[in-house]
Amino acid sequence: MLTFIQSIGASVIGFVRELGKIGCFLLTALFYVFTPPFLLNRVTRQIHFLGVKTILVVVLTGLFTGMVLTLQSYYVLVTFGAEARLGSILSLSLIREIGPVLTGLMVVGRAGSALTAEIGIMRISEQIDALDAMALNPHKYLVIPNILASLIVFPILTSFFIVAGIWGGYLVAVQLTGMAPGVFFGAMSDSILLNDLLLGFYKALSFGVLVTWICCYKGFFAGVGSGFGAQGVSKATTDAVVLSSVLILVCDYFITSVMIFG
Amino acid sequence: MIEIVDLHKKFGTNAVLRGVNLKVAKGETFALIGASGKGKSVLIKHMIGLMKPDQGQVKIDGQDIGRLHGKKLVQLKNRIGIVFQFGALFDSLSVFDNVAFPLQEKTRLGAKQINDKVLAALDNVGLKGEEEKFPAQISGGMRKRVAVARCLVMDPEIILFDEPTTGLDPVIANSIYSTIQKLQRERNLTSFIISHEIPGIFKIVDRAAMLHDGRIIQVGTSDEIQNSTVPIVQKFLKGEIE
Repeated sequence: MLTFIQSIGASVIGFVRELGKIGCFLLTALFYVFTPPFLLNRVTRQIHFLGVKTILVVVLTGLFTGMVLTLQSYYVLVTFGAEARLGSILSLSLIREIGPVLTGLMVVGRAGSALTAEIGIMRISEQIDALDAMALNPHKYLVIPNILASLIVFPILTSFFIVAGIWGGYLVAVQLTGMAPGVFFGAMSDSILLNDLLLGFYKALSFGVLVTWICCYKGFFAGVGSGFGAQGVSKATTDAVVLSSVLILVCDYFITSVMIFG
Repeated sequence: MIEIVDLHKKFGTNAVLRGVNLKVAKGETFALIGASGKGKSVLIKHMIGLMKPDQGQVKIDGQDIGRLHGKKLVQLKNRIGIVFQFGALFDSLSVFDNVAFPLQEKTRLGAKQINDKVLAALDNVGLKGEEEKFPAQISGGMRKRVAVARCLVMDPEIILFDEPTTGLDPVIANSIYSTIQKLQRERNLTSFIISHEIPGIFKIVDRAAMLHDGRIIQVGTSDEIQNSTVPIVQKFLKGEIE
């Protein structure tokens, strides 16, 4: 019985310690954001890595999400004779929820996992130690450029997702079901408010920081508590993807709660 | 110049260093020998500030590296270079860019000056003409020599070598030993070498010490260590302990 309680206690202490470490990791990174040197060329490179290389995936996902959402919604709305609200439902869903969330998940899958693996390999092959030994701050080289890049990349990718989704919705609603373009787009312009756009924008920013923070953290400490060598990097990458994806959904709920009812 | 005082380090319940005391003089080539997994690499990581001791000090010219922060720590680290066991080269950069990296990031030298310094450093370690290759395209011995060149471009006063010849064939090992000797002669560098390459390492060092069970068992000249009467040292030299 005592062993059981001890193991629960150890797990709780381990969990709290890990939370503290993750928090300190972000605070350290944020502290160094404001101290020179400012490595703008590295931020640019990470914008390319996180953003430019993810555009195709995000646009394709957005397009088909918009298409299927419109198709499903149309056949429900038409039974109530409310198909004129299709554009409104589609655009609000994409802007407020689906756009930021699915963009975040796509970036986690495409770039977040690669980020963790890259930093993890640098950790186990002592490349991070080499930076440190040269008196170069590893946070400035490996973490901050990703966080800053994410602040630029996530809102832009999210907007690409939303535009592609609306275009997909247009193809299905107007070209397939024969709805008048004016009805489709008119419902959108009537229902979208500034607060809806801000909600999507804040979510995109939050998910950007969240994804790069977790993925960099997991890579940075690969091999520490996750096994060593290739296995350690593999576990760190899996943990980063799972944790980032779950936290995106958890944060999505809380941001929505605060913005709508806060 | 380097003074290690009563250094202790534990990982969980495993006490790796249990009161290490050692002095290395300026310009000296010093070897730390000992079996694998006995804390030699942990010790060297304390010497460059990559690890903090649980107790004790590592002093470089009287400055305790474990207690330094900010600019003072950077200034001290700038005087020390380290060659990691597997080179720790940046695998996404070419040989040239690896060697140029500290110059680009830490100095205000122009492209021409950086180019000259990098080529000179690569020439110094016998790697002229290999600039465009990537770490994955060169041998283990070449990787270690690139790591030496990366250290040299910053003109350090002290170089720490973590097992510079482990896993290399005797010809390559000898070329690395020659490089270390040449550096000592030309630049009066202080070299601290971790090794379990016996007896090859004794050819190039002034003094050596043996680390066993977290403590220094014996310190002496190469001859004194090779003719040691301490049973553990004798056993290690005969290859009876790993």
